[in-house]
Amino acid sequence: MKEPKICILRVGGTNCDAETKAAVDDLGARSEILHLNKLMDDKLMSYDALIIPGGFSYGDHVRAGAVLGKKVSSALSKELKKFVEEERPILGICNGFQVLVESGLLPAFDGVSDYPQATLAINGSARYECRWVYLKHENRGKCIFTRELQKGQKIFMSVAHAEGRFVFPKEREEKYLQKLEKNDQLVFRYCNKRGIYADGRYPINPNGAFYDIAGICDSNGTVFGLMPHPERAYWGVQLPDWTGMKEAPKYADGRLIFESLVEYLKH
Amino acid sequence: MSFLYKRKELPFEVFEVKLLGAGKEQLLQISQKLALALNIEEMRACKQYFSKKGRNPTDIELQTIGQTWSEHCYHKTFKGEILVGKRKVRLFKDFISRVTKELSPPWCISVFEDNAGIVDFGDGYAIAAKVETHNHPSAIEPFGGAATGVGGVIRDILGVWAKPIANIDVLGFGPLDYKYKALPAGVKHPKYIFRGVVAGIGSYGNNMGIPTVSGGIYFDESYVGNPVVYCGCVGLLPIGEYVKETKPGDIAVLAGGRTGRDGIHGVTFASAELTEESEEISRPAVQIADPIEEEKLRRAILQIRDEGLASGITDLGGGGLSCAAGEVANRSNCSIQIELEKAPLKYPNMLPWEIWISESQERMFLTVPGKNIQRVLEIFDDEDVEAAAVGRFTQGNTVKVVYHGHEVLNLDIDFLFGPPMVRRTIKRKGPKLTEPRLSQTSNLTEVLLKLLAAPNIASRESVVRTYDHEVQGNTILKPLHGKHGGPNDAAILKPLQDSWRGVVISCGMNPSYGRIDPYWMATSSVEEAIRNNVAVGGRRIALLDNFTWGNPEKMEQLSALVEACKACYESARAFGTPFISGKDSLYNESPLGPVTPTLLVTAIGIIPDIRRAISVDIKEPSDAIYIVGRTYPELGGSEYYRLFGEVGRSVPKLHAAKAKKVLSSITKAIDAGYVRACHDLSEGGLAVAAAEMVLSSDYGAELDLRKVPASMNGMVRDDFILFSESNSRFLVEVARGKEKKFEKLVKSDFALIGEVSETDGFFVRGLKGRKIIDTSSRKLREAWRGGLDHKS
Repeated sequence: MKEPKICILRVGGTNCDAETKAAVDDLGARSEILHLNKLMDDKLMSYDALIIPGGFSYGDHVRAGAVLGKKVSSALSKELKKFVEEERPILGICNGFQVLVESGLLPAFDGVSDYPQATLAINGSARYECRWVYLKHENRGKCIFTRELQKGQKIFMSVAHAEGRFVFPKEREEKYLQKLEKNDQLVFRYCNKRGIYADGRYPINPNGAFYDIAGICDSNGTVFGLMPHPERAYWGVQLPDWTGMKEAPKYADGRLIFESLVEYLKH
Repeated sequence: MSFLYKRKELPFEVFEVKLLGAGKEQLLQISQKLALALNIEEMRACKQYFSKKGRNPTDIELQTIGQTWSEHCYHKTFKGEILVGKRKVRLFKDFISRVTKELSPPWCISVFEDNAGIVDFGDGYAIAAKVETHNHPSAIEPFGGAATGVGGVIRDILGVWAKPIANIDVLGFGPLDYKYKALPAGVKHPKYIFRGVVAGIGSYGNNMGIPTVSGGIYFDESYVGNPVVYCGCVGLLPIGEYVKETKPGDIAVLAGGRTGRDGIHGVTFASAELTEESEEISRPAVQIADPIEEEKLRRAILQIRDEGLASGITDLGGGGLSCAAGEVANRSNCSIQIELEKAPLKYPNMLPWEIWISESQERMFLTVPGKNIQRVLEIFDDEDVEAAAVGRFTQGNTVKVVYHGHEVLNLDIDFLFGPPMVRRTIKRKGPKLTEPRLSQTSNLTEVLLKLLAAPNIASRESVVRTYDHEVQGNTILKPLHGKHGGPNDAAILKPLQDSWRGVVISCGMNPSYGRIDPYWMATSSVEEAIRNNVAVGGRRIALLDNFTWGNPEKMEQLSALVEACKACYESARAFGTPFISGKDSLYNESPLGPVTPTLLVTAIGIIPDIRRAISVDIKEPSDAIYIVGRTYPELGGSEYYRLFGEVGRSVPKLHAAKAKKVLSSITKAIDAGYVRACHDLSEGGLAVAAAEMVLSSDYGAELDLRKVPASMNGMVRDDFILFSESNSRFLVEVARGKEKKFEKLVKSDFALIGEVSETDGFFVRGLKGRKIIDTSSRKLREAWRGGLDHKS
């Protein structure tokens, strides 16, 4: 069994890199946090997987993730295409999800798109939302990042963002949704603690996302983006109600995502 | 005025100021015209100094003195001498730092000397903590003022080589429903200030990826014209990497954002009262925030620290480069020569004095041995941060500034850091207050629900959720905790991957008591901060003091300040908790008058194993609920009185010896595993504390007031026992079967007053055995959650 090598990309304004590294390393991966400035010259191809962590890359100027999305597309365009084609996994968390959407890597219905096919718009509440949410696992097996979860499984994680309302262009909403479903690209939807979909209701759906979408993958299942932060729900003591339990559990639900990734890389 | 100045024959604009020939009127004119905010004694000291030198000063030299000697930078009131009766006291030396000196605990690593206080954490790490005020900028420009306040205190933490791990923000505003018509010209509405400040704090902390984990919001009439914005930051550093050894030959590096005209005269602005014209005159004093710049700066600085490349560091805050360079030179017994044209600027044509004192944000000052300079500049470059070598340290005792080859400033450090001592006299005079005669209302349930929705008690959820309090993944006791987001007494962080040790952060502030008695206000704040820390399992507590006060040149303000400082000494000494850092913000006055004396005490504790942390929510039906601590008829300044528009006089006092016993018994009970939930009694007293424990959970509770240990002095009334805000009290949920052990441990001043119930009912039996409160946890929750949202 090999030790997977994971690149955690950062630029000015990235800020969830350390805890993301701690999570994957705890599972036996060997990760490196690398500034985009140091990732030129084919270096990306020496890694088995890429994670774009949360934060405010370039201050979220223009739109969250827009500047880094463009930078990634221009600076790493060839390597990135190859990376995706070789089905090396890419995970985007929060700001990373925004970057993947802005750079056309998600939803990427028919391969990497030259322009964004969706966007993560300003929250319906018009403010930053830091809270815990329930997610229902929707994927039928394509997404390699949720292989440790059952379809329909409900998990608990925290979100923290001001721009997380996943939307498609209005006129293509239905068509794109059908594609997501058909291609098995839907991964997580917001639901309440009993597992019933939020149906847009705040704060169960914390941002007003279309169809309660919290995370999607590409049509290969190897590129995955989500607004919630699995690295903030890795240890049991990170839970918001662990003090009310008989004993704090060792791990929390977010671990399942990193576990799925590392297991995929190991085999 | 031109007869006072003469332009020097240089290729750029520097003036010679004709100080030597100036009389009293002219000296004051110069101080005013150059916005130096120096008084006549200080101007005379300058004149005397330059007379000895045999020359007139340049404008840049006088600006430097103005900055360095300002209340904001030098804290002349705290360092000065005050005549109290026949006794001479110095607030800082005789009260605040005296606690630490007398206790001198071995775990205090650096106190009061550096940008932040530093205490041992264990496992080779130290905790750094600092709290700052940014009141005046926030009054003028709420978003920018608050954001730069956060940015500034984060740099204080970087300025001791620590990684920022948590932000703390304690705020004070006027009532949100204040009448627009009642606002004097130039004063912005509390709602506008509130929204801007909250957004500014969230924006900076969120963007930098530092969780905002603790704080408070207080509403008081006296904050209408002058809001209170305390910004705090806590950091973590490996003890061995705390380096302060600047030597002659080292190079001065200025790194971060470019220098601009934003933030000129910020410190002198902070050291004067707010007036109708403040907006127009002082708008340039508010800096512009760019958190991403500081995020990059943080990366570079921590890298430089880990590689051990620099010999010293400080942040650029009040007074900009002039204060940073001078302070480092002073601290390391060196001379410094700065080549001012090397500082990267936002735009050309800035005047030398502007570059020198600008308070533009996101800048740090490092001292680097020559052999490491290339690597240091490379690290900054890798992070896309601009950095420049702007000067060099040499042997000696002077500050020199050269601009394009011409010397424009040459001052002796002894003079610069030895301003004339402020001497003041006070006479004590307390306000004339009376106790209101309230008849007890029959509907105490309604009173409780109203109190839960009161601005100073209601849920802060609508604010807290806009702050990222989870980033870095270490916040294990959150500001909103449990199934229903209850209000924990303190936040806990677990900053090290391989250790269960935690940092416990809590606050105490009681502005309402400040209206009655500054001494008891201060003791209450000290005890409340400690009490909150202890309630979640914190111990080995260090304190930070932050004063927001009115003009100290006014007798009643100064005498209140002396009282509060004395209280700080006496209470902190009694608890054995040293002060490690502090800051005073004086001159908090507007056309509406001074702010109520406001002392914020921040407590930094540790918990050896975070798995023992205690949260506020009750947890198990049939568990026993105890009250620990004695209740007195102390409703002066209480939220109960405020509900009826009263202030009163019977402010909560501190019985230090008893309090100490109560606190240590709580810690022991937590460590022994008897405690399932714990909450301190503060605003709203016993009733509100019990309600908060219930509304945070799925369960209910039944309580009985008849057993509450109380010394009511003939004032035995249900409402007084329910709502008195006496200090040193806790409500504790004790696990079933552990009652006897718990009682044996606590010994005195406790009572079993009820139990957790399976249903969500909340009942209280009064002194006559009748149900006086009858409601449900759902109703309590609704009232508490609705309070602030309706008004904001």
